[in-house]
Amino acid sequence: MRAEPVPRAGLPGALRPAGGAGPADPSGAAAAPVPVKARSWRGRPRSRRRLIALGAVALAVVGALAGLVVAQRDSAVATRSEFVPGTAEGGEPVLLDTTLYLPARTPAPAVLLAHGFGGSKQDLASAARDLARRGYVVLAYTARGFGASSGLVHLNAPDYEVADARALVSHLASVPEVRMDAPGDPRVGVAGSSYGGALALLAAGHDPRIDAVVADSTWHDLSRALLPNAAGDEPGVFKKQWAGVLFAAAAGRETGACGRLAPDVCAAYQRVAAAGEADEQVVALLRAASPASVLDRVHVPTLLIQGEQDSLFPLTDADANARGLAAHGTAVKEVWRRGGHDAPTSFARQVGRVDDWFGPLLFGRGQLDTSFEVVVPGGGISAETGQAVSRLLRADDAMTSRTTAELAVMGPPQTINAPAGGTPAAVTAVPGLGALLGDVAALAQPALADQAADSADTADPAGLAVIPGQAAAFASAPLPQGLLVAGSSTVTLRVTAHDSTDATLFASLVIVDPDGAPELPSGLVAPLRLTGLTQGEARTVSVALPGVVTRVPPGHRLVLVVSTTDAAYHLPTPPRSYTIALADPSAPDGGLGQGELAVARVDGRLADAEQPWGWLVAGGVAMALVLAAGMVAGARRRRRRRAVAEELATVPVVVEDLVKEYGDGYRAVDGVSFRVERGQVVGLLGPNGAGKTTVLRMLMGLIMPTAGRVRLFGEPVVPGTPALARVGAFVEGPGLLGHLSGRDNLRLYWAATGRPAEEARFETVLEIAGLGPSVERRVRTYSQGMRQRLAIAQAMLGLPELLVLDEPTNGLDPPQIAQMREVLRRYAATGRTVMISSHLLAEVEQTCSHVVVMHRGRLVAAGAVEEIVGAGGTRLAVADPEEAQRVLAAAGVAARVVPAQRSLEEVFLRMLDADS
Amino acid sequence: MTGTLPTTAGPDGQRPPPTQQGSHDLLADAPRVDEAGVGGARGFRPERTLRLRVEFARQLRRRRTYLVGLVLLLLPPIIALAFQVSSPGSGSSRSDGSYSGQLLAELATQGAVNFALFTEFASASFLLLVLVALFCGDTVASEASWSSLRYLLVIPVPRGRLLRQKLIVALTLSLGVNVLLPAWALLVGGMFFGWAPGQSPLGGTFTTGEGLTRLLIVVGYASVQSLLVASLAFLIGVLTDAPLGAVGGAILVVILSGILDSITALGDYRQFLPTHFQYAWLDAVAPTVQWDGMMRGTGSVLVYSAVFFALAWWRFHRKDIVS
Repeated sequence: MRAEPVPRAGLPGALRPAGGAGPADPSGAAAAPVPVKARSWRGRPRSRRRLIALGAVALAVVGALAGLVVAQRDSAVATRSEFVPGTAEGGEPVLLDTTLYLPARTPAPAVLLAHGFGGSKQDLASAARDLARRGYVVLAYTARGFGASSGLVHLNAPDYEVADARALVSHLASVPEVRMDAPGDPRVGVAGSSYGGALALLAAGHDPRIDAVVADSTWHDLSRALLPNAAGDEPGVFKKQWAGVLFAAAAGRETGACGRLAPDVCAAYQRVAAAGEADEQVVALLRAASPASVLDRVHVPTLLIQGEQDSLFPLTDADANARGLAAHGTAVKEVWRRGGHDAPTSFARQVGRVDDWFGPLLFGRGQLDTSFEVVVPGGGISAETGQAVSRLLRADDAMTSRTTAELAVMGPPQTINAPAGGTPAAVTAVPGLGALLGDVAALAQPALADQAADSADTADPAGLAVIPGQAAAFASAPLPQGLLVAGSSTVTLRVTAHDSTDATLFASLVIVDPDGAPELPSGLVAPLRLTGLTQGEARTVSVALPGVVTRVPPGHRLVLVVSTTDAAYHLPTPPRSYTIALADPSAPDGGLGQGELAVARVDGRLADAEQPWGWLVAGGVAMALVLAAGMVAGARRRRRRRAVAEELATVPVVVEDLVKEYGDGYRAVDGVSFRVERGQVVGLLGPNGAGKTTVLRMLMGLIMPTAGRVRLFGEPVVPGTPALARVGAFVEGPGLLGHLSGRDNLRLYWAATGRPAEEARFETVLEIAGLGPSVERRVRTYSQGMRQRLAIAQAMLGLPELLVLDEPTNGLDPPQIAQMREVLRRYAATGRTVMISSHLLAEVEQTCSHVVVMHRGRLVAAGAVEEIVGAGGTRLAVADPEEAQRVLAAAGVAARVVPAQRSLEEVFLRMLDADS
Repeated sequence: MTGTLPTTAGPDGQRPPPTQQGSHDLLADAPRVDEAGVGGARGFRPERTLRLRVEFARQLRRRRTYLVGLVLLLLPPIIALAFQVSSPGSGSSRSDGSYSGQLLAELATQGAVNFALFTEFASASFLLLVLVALFCGDTVASEASWSSLRYLLVIPVPRGRLLRQKLIVALTLSLGVNVLLPAWALLVGGMFFGWAPGQSPLGGTFTTGEGLTRLLIVVGYASVQSLLVASLAFLIGVLTDAPLGAVGGAILVVILSGILDSITALGDYRQFLPTHFQYAWLDAVAPTVQWDGMMRGTGSVLVYSAVFFALAWWRFHRKDIVS
């Protein structure tokens, strides 16, 4: 059966180069050796350029990071180290090791920075730099007896350390970069933490030239700090662990029992440590080293910062200092911050607060804020920082905002014992580790509250912080709503000593959750020491409980715990027993069994927890921007789709001056132009690497041309051109989903087009694929030929007007090839167009009506097969040409022998020869 | 094909007879295309190409999807069995270094909510990451490796639309695993360990309602966090044709960021690392929910993924599809 001839009426010589030039002339095309040259000089620089660009980007990133680091180091801050003479000691000069930090702009107000006990000026470096960056001239120095400074430690004695501070203020007056209030009177603030904080207060009391003070985590009265007593004014229980730690810090690694401690200080310590009690002389020495002694002389605005995690200098010390200053009208601000001596942090963290205080006072910038700030720990630990999450409570001032809330606590009188030798002792706070222990205790504890509240006869709390038999517990009912405890709560107790005339006890406020797990806020206990008791006779005492800031969640109880031991304190050695009972001060007989706890509170506004809305907003804006940009780009892309060339609307393919150059300068396609008319079967011919597939890819918008354009039905091709819907393609092998059957592949592919199923013509296409029952098997199991046929069938779904097949006969056997040929001819007969690329010349010659020949990316020839191959004419095959010639001559027919018609292959090879 | 052998071609190049009569007749019946272009793809609308239903069908029927489903199905019962086998209170459960995480492991057998929280904790660090990277990284890259990408593009599915549809499906599947795993773990936990109210590793118990709310917050935040690896994998999937490269590349970047995050010397710069707030959902199991870390994490992830998505789109619109 023969195919009908392809209708070619009305399309004479249709296939011709679209561009004006005549690439059909092989010699013309061959005369352009440019691409080869282009490759050699353009190729390498471009890949190198890309490398250079990549390197530049990497360098820029590294440079930016380095810049960031350098900026952090801040070259703008200049430093100058020198030794400044302090007060001479024992006839020998004392030199103080100082570093001056100079800001970018001078003259500027100065800040004198003092370090903590056992430290040196190095501890202050980051804080000093930060302050210098904020515009202050900063003088950080090492106190006498520490680090590189000479002299001995006199514990902030007026004649030594305080005199040194005055000498340094005088020194600052000689520094040209410091702004002066008057000759010899620099504008200067003093700031310090702990030992340095006390020095700041003391110096302000002794030197009127000082203009402002910041004292962080410091004491009020050192004798009270080291020998606290929560139940009166007499010296209390010796804080032996902290005192030992401080002594060791001062003694350092020097030889001798006292190291660099001044002999009088050392002797005083040794006497107290041995006896556990302080004599008059020691108390006097400690008082002299205390801000308490000079507060009435301090008239400059003072910022007092105190840590909430501090068993050495608790919040009550800052309260006492604030009261002493406010009493004569000195401006004072109190801040209760996170951390403290039990959770040490660098003083650099306080720089913001220091600047907020000094800024208005020394620079005159902004308003002085004297509100009372309390950092309230939150209910959780941040997974990110590992720190408690906190909120800020702000009150107008530290004095008037204090209130109390009465809370009933209950419990029968309980008899508790102090063990002989003071061991075992409860462990609440270890210097530097208080809070941690509190957590451990809380995690390890079994029920405490149930025992305290429910059992009438015994209260037997257990755990690290409370040892059975050593503690009495008085619990409140579960709190109906949350309660913020801020400050030192008080309670009245009746204490009976059974076998002594004095009592050493430790009171604390414990929070117990509904499951019975106790938590000792900040690990703080308040030691009380009573003397002059009568055995067996109760004394009513008012006890100031530790100053804490803690939030009690609803449903939790507050439990007052009174115990006989605490490992951090000096304990009496003989065994003792006491009876502890609650005393209701309102009841005349003492009201045993029930008492009132005056819970300390602060009236203020709880600032909302810091919510970093900025981050969320940034994220939302970034997303919105990207979405908006995407929409705008999409709209522009749709608008940019250039107008259809109406006159070409019926021409399936017009290729104009198409060029594709790759990044390395290689030109895969170089100025190709041709045109395909309706109903043609066009063969795209060329050896491997001729650029056939590249042309087809550009034709389908898969890759972008470097220059020139392709039009499909008049529409210029860009990715997603709607005209592609009229094209069926099989390019470079099948792209099938292996996990689906052949039928599902076709069905899903058609579904992806979104076109109505009746346009698909599944039956026709499946018939052409000829897969038989295999069409239900997974494509994974197909042979190459089967896949090939399925992919061609997929390309024919919907019987597209232009069918593009790239090497369609690969993997097909001869009968299949023959059938394919017939299918294509019939397909074209319906007015549709077929483009085939192939390197099989015989195949193209048999199948196609027209050919386009490419070589090395360029068009070599284009036209009807007959035109390319040569004129046809009728031929007569004879067995013996010479005989035939003779016969014909005899018959009067002129005949001559001509060579047989060339095959396309022959023509093709000649073209290539001519081209190369 | 039929078994008929082709007849030998004659010397005049006569063509062999066709072998498949049926298809030829069918073709002969096909509507002819005339000048007006009848037979053109009139039913084609770009906005109807590759609808979600179709893309879901393409993805859901893949073997890797079944495999992922199987893993999700088996993981919670395996963890539950492991907890039952191990001696109670041995406390030697390995975890990823986080304090809260260790506590979560100790509390895992308290009840359904705690078990679900632990499963989430155990899988969020790697398993969920890999699954999300798989769904989002492989979706474009696997099409490229199957060569089916170019056939989708010549339908033509507009490039932006192709990415959008694939991303929607991939993100839906990712959200699916993020939600299904804890939900299934909750159920398994309830069956194995009862329905006791949840316990916070930082102390305190939740009512069942509160516990479920917390679980919801955790799952929601973890899902938002997985947007980072999703966008990264999607971007790499667009850049490369190797599905494994996309998945591995995204995981690699996440691990790298994690390593940098563990260098405390970097200080505050670390909070700009994409994975810095990966575990901020642990704040939601505290007695009171701390939102700041999660807010920062959400913002950071949104910025990063917006950039990655934008790059993916930008690149894909300009890419030469040669696979």
